[in-house]
Amino acid sequence: MFKKILIANRGEIAVRVIRACRELGITSVAIYSDVDRASLHVRKADEAYHIGAPAAAESYLNMAKILDVAKRSGADAIHPGYGFLSENAKFARACGGAGVKFIGPSPVSMEMMGSKTRARQEMEKVGVPFVPGTSRGLESPEQAEQVAARIGYPVMLKAAAGGGGKGMRLVHEPGELRPALEAAQSEAERAFGDREVYVEKAIVNPRHIEMQVLADEYGNTVYLGERECSIQRRHQKVLEEAPSPIVDPDMRRRMGEVAVRVAKAAGYTNAGTVEFLVDRDKNFYFLEMNTRLQVEHPVTELITGLDLVHLQIRIAAGEKLPFGQEDIRIRGHAIECRIYAEDPDNNYFPSPGRITLLLSPSGPGIRRDSGMYEGWTVPVDYDPLLAKLIGYGTDRGQAISRLTRALYEYFVGGIKTNISLFRRILTDADFQAGKVDTGYLDRLLKSKAPEVMGENAEVAAIAAGIFAILDPASVVGNGNLSPNPGNKTVGGVAVSGWKKAGRFEALD
Amino acid sequence: MLYDITIDGKDYRLELERADAGWRCRLNGREIQIDAVLARRDVLSILIGGKAYEIKREHIANETHLWVGGVRYAAELRDPRSLRSRKGSAADDKGPKKLYAPMPGKVVRVVVAEQQAVEAGQSILVVEAMKMQNEIKSPKKGTLQKIVAAEGANVNAGDVLAIVE
Repeated sequence: MFKKILIANRGEIAVRVIRACRELGITSVAIYSDVDRASLHVRKADEAYHIGAPAAAESYLNMAKILDVAKRSGADAIHPGYGFLSENAKFARACGGAGVKFIGPSPVSMEMMGSKTRARQEMEKVGVPFVPGTSRGLESPEQAEQVAARIGYPVMLKAAAGGGGKGMRLVHEPGELRPALEAAQSEAERAFGDREVYVEKAIVNPRHIEMQVLADEYGNTVYLGERECSIQRRHQKVLEEAPSPIVDPDMRRRMGEVAVRVAKAAGYTNAGTVEFLVDRDKNFYFLEMNTRLQVEHPVTELITGLDLVHLQIRIAAGEKLPFGQEDIRIRGHAIECRIYAEDPDNNYFPSPGRITLLLSPSGPGIRRDSGMYEGWTVPVDYDPLLAKLIGYGTDRGQAISRLTRALYEYFVGGIKTNISLFRRILTDADFQAGKVDTGYLDRLLKSKAPEVMGENAEVAAIAAGIFAILDPASVVGNGNLSPNPGNKTVGGVAVSGWKKAGRFEALD
Repeated sequence: MLYDITIDGKDYRLELERADAGWRCRLNGREIQIDAVLARRDVLSILIGGKAYEIKREHIANETHLWVGGVRYAAELRDPRSLRSRKGSAADDKGPKKLYAPMPGKVVRVVVAEQQAVEAGQSILVVEAMKMQNEIKSPKKGTLQKIVAAEGANVNAGDVLAIVE
């Protein structure tokens, strides 16, 4: 078993992996950039090393610096988390070269699955169902037109090296194809350094359902149930659940067996996820494989009772899977919300800043994987994921009510967050009926938000006065308020910070 | 203590002081029995007629919000006996309103010229940050008195961008 693991990541996932290390008695090593010195993951780790300027290329994406820290700290393994270098075959190889075990699949499997066209080609060989289209990059606009005419519009153009919705274009008619192809290729070039674009039939409002797989280094491969991830905004997942409301045990078995076949064809080891698109008739098509641990792994952990990060570490340390497919049971239902520092009233614009007040929910069926704390300043330099809030219950209804209750308790003061979005989703009739697809959230956001009844304005007015007396605050600098170090008086009358705020306004 | 309070644009007059074991409270002339304790900085527990309210306070971009349960209210408070308040508060619709940068970025476009008339919600300028464009809108109907941050200027969160009168 490893003695020391370096976590090549930050934020909530770094905290999650550090916790697993502590539980397994393994020393954890954190890395941090200039703006992450006071981050939660640095505080929770056993060791921590500074790696550079905030820009990811100077820090969390910098392979040489990370391997140097591994060497200096004596780490014998690296856990890459998700994002950053987690699906970088070059990095996985470099770890091997440095004598440090990369906790994840082999560089060869990563490369095979990392290119979507190559993944399609390999999957064709093993009879995995996938969306009609090309398995190779388009060579010319003429070829694109021919294929699109054959498979039928609407079609989706996608970047082979892509992810996160970049380099994707939905094309409804032949006339749109050429300009869309050019745009997709340029965007792919800019985002991934690779112009290769392929085409697939666009399934109208599909569901995005993915299957968790786990394989040891001895060929034992299992599936751990599916996750429904259709609730997305701009191709980014926002809310996920397990199991999917439309997958019955037979469909689960069929999808799971295909996922295992995919993993085995790729020679896959450790944790991975096979993504499917599912149409209205519950036909499922292979979309791609993610060769890493995913953000939404907690929902699978809760319904299976398994700790995926523990298992990742143990598999990488050479242990055999301690169970077989027949031992895996799905029990209950889990739903996860991704809490982001974003402004829902302003097109979800990132909203960094200092968290002045944090009231965190807990209680029955609630799990919170968080990277934030009260007093922390959310940096502008990275993805603004603050925390994941997961509700678990015996059935979907109970998971929904627990999560709704926990969201009611959750308060993040000082910055804007997308918490209000989840209240809207969880109370929506279509969501409650399990009627979701990848177009769901766009439709919900286009519809009018329910009026928030402001019946407690009088209570707010009274509270304003009480705060002024019991908890005055003073205005500093650019308008950010901080606690008054001592109540000041002018002529015997207590001067409250609120009054100073009024003075600040009136003068200009 | 006497306070003029505005909650979501509506004005209230509050008389409030500590008395014996509790509080004496009169809102817009109406006496209300309240019990209030500060649980911790920025968090109040108020009981009125047996109903329990948890109130959270935060400040964002020069605005103060009070959250009663899960509902947010914009709040301003003035002591009407202060000299400042007798001159009239800048916090109402009749005074000039400043537009602030919500986060660090760069002014990429100024949409309206100085002295031009504007409506509430009209886009005044565009700030770009993290590859996204953010329209800064006028909070009220009036005239764009002054553009403080010119096109091309780099701004920090809380910087004044423009003033609408």
